Amino acid sequence: METAILKSPFKSEEYFVNMGPQHPATHGVLRLLLTIDGEVIKKVEPDLGYIHRSIEKMCERDSYQQIIHLTDRLDYLSAHINNEAVCLAVENALELEVPERVKVIRTILDELTRIASHCLWWGVMGMDVGALTTYFYGFRDRELINDIFEETCGARLTMNYNVPGGLRHDIHPNFVKRVKDFVAHFKTKLPEYDRLLTGNIIFQKRTKGVGVLSKEDAIAYGASGPVGRGSGYSCDVRIHHPYSALHKVNFNEALQTAGDAFARYQVRIQEMWESLSIIEQLIDDIPEGAIQVATDAVIKLPKGEFYQKVETARGELGVFIISTGTKNPYRLKLRSPGLSNLSLLNHITVGSKIGDLVAAMATLDLVIPDIDR
Amino acid sequence: MTNEALQYVISDWFPEPEAVKLQFTQEGTQFLTVSIEADNLHELMWLLKHNKETCFDYLFCLTGVDWGKELGVVYHLESTVHRHIVVVKVNTTDRDTPCFDTVSDIWPTAEFHEREVYDFFGIQFHNHPNLKKLFLPEEWEGFPLRKDYADDVNMIVK
Repeated sequence: METAILKSPFKSEEYFVNMGPQHPATHGVLRLLLTIDGEVIKKVEPDLGYIHRSIEKMCERDSYQQIIHLTDRLDYLSAHINNEAVCLAVENALELEVPERVKVIRTILDELTRIASHCLWWGVMGMDVGALTTYFYGFRDRELINDIFEETCGARLTMNYNVPGGLRHDIHPNFVKRVKDFVAHFKTKLPEYDRLLTGNIIFQKRTKGVGVLSKEDAIAYGASGPVGRGSGYSCDVRIHHPYSALHKVNFNEALQTAGDAFARYQVRIQEMWESLSIIEQLIDDIPEGAIQVATDAVIKLPKGEFYQKVETARGELGVFIISTGTKNPYRLKLRSPGLSNLSLLNHITVGSKIGDLVAAMATLDLVIPDIDR
Repeated sequence: MTNEALQYVISDWFPEPEAVKLQFTQEGTQFLTVSIEADNLHELMWLLKHNKETCFDYLFCLTGVDWGKELGVVYHLESTVHRHIVVVKVNTTDRDTPCFDTVSDIWPTAEFHEREVYDFFGIQFHNHPNLKKLFLPEEWEGFPLRKDYADDVNMIVK
């Protein structure tokens, strides 16, 4: 039988297939140029820039308070964490010590953001590999977090709750109760996620052994976040460079060693449990005190270079500010986790089928505005 | 490794620091910053990654900068083994055909980041495997993140 195939009169030949920019599995305007032979992928080349807004150039003209608003529009699912990154960079440059209350509230909101982002990811991850129900489960629980954000921050997606020196205003009186209710609720729902999708045999066959990334390659390609940790690479910024109230809490870094799509999936599920634990450790004793230290109306950073890294839901976000002592940054670079994670897509998918590309890409959890800054 | 120890190890590799313009500074920055002549950049980067004591295996940020007269690239490196950080800077006064050696053979992550710098600053990278525009269309004229870039239609100048 095998020889019959080898002697087939048909020739094998490579050709291009265009995936995106409007493909549902690319989650945004990402275009992939696939070189394929039959259904086997030979090369994946991303074509970017469809929604590039040149945020880095805009930052050079804006004040530091204005820049925070632009960072929402990077990885919009980690908006609160992005805001915090800029605030921390500015506060460190000004050598400003923010009150304990601010630090604790920021960390609680960070972890809520992470859970909300992972809920959405979990929903669309299932959908990408053909399990439509997960989408509704994920969005149902994310909605509860959005309601908490709406009440306290005034916005559901682009929070802008952080300002240099603290928070825009105090938390809503209902905040603590609602967060506690959510934690209790979500603890009963997370096992449901496992029952619905994690143990599903079709899902496991679609993800196990797919898109394998070794630890060495993860480091070399600059992978961060769950993508790196799925390969056993300890890269959690919250552990290695803790910020805000993270030094007060105990949590485990979610690590898996298989390096395949299923391992990255497990890391994110595990991370949601860890985030719940961080919130529980902090929510009962939010310190009393001020929610802001006063800054000048026009913030001028001292001359120098300042770098701040934070862990967003997608990985390591870096804010690099070069200041010449004026009210605008001379240069502001945003190191997005998405671009580095995208750069390894070709490496992990060459030789596999198009269906596996979709599964592997779903576990990279790309948000395109984060790549097209 | 402390910044002082790092500085000691790195200066040991280049017996004639003046010839390669090797300079260290910690002023106005939280990391040890090393600047070097463009010709010796690749050698320094290779040593930083492969030397056991330094072992900078993680390039976490690659930034193009227009310093006014000079164009440059800033590399942020971290070691996942020793958890120390160093910043490497390289500059050129050639604004018409700026070119540095690529580091994408040392850290594959640099491939995309160097393409981004090529897009917005017009800095070429020698030996880069696939140096073409990443975000901008091929026919785009000018380099938007340079300070002398002008676009009367799309830019609001305050």
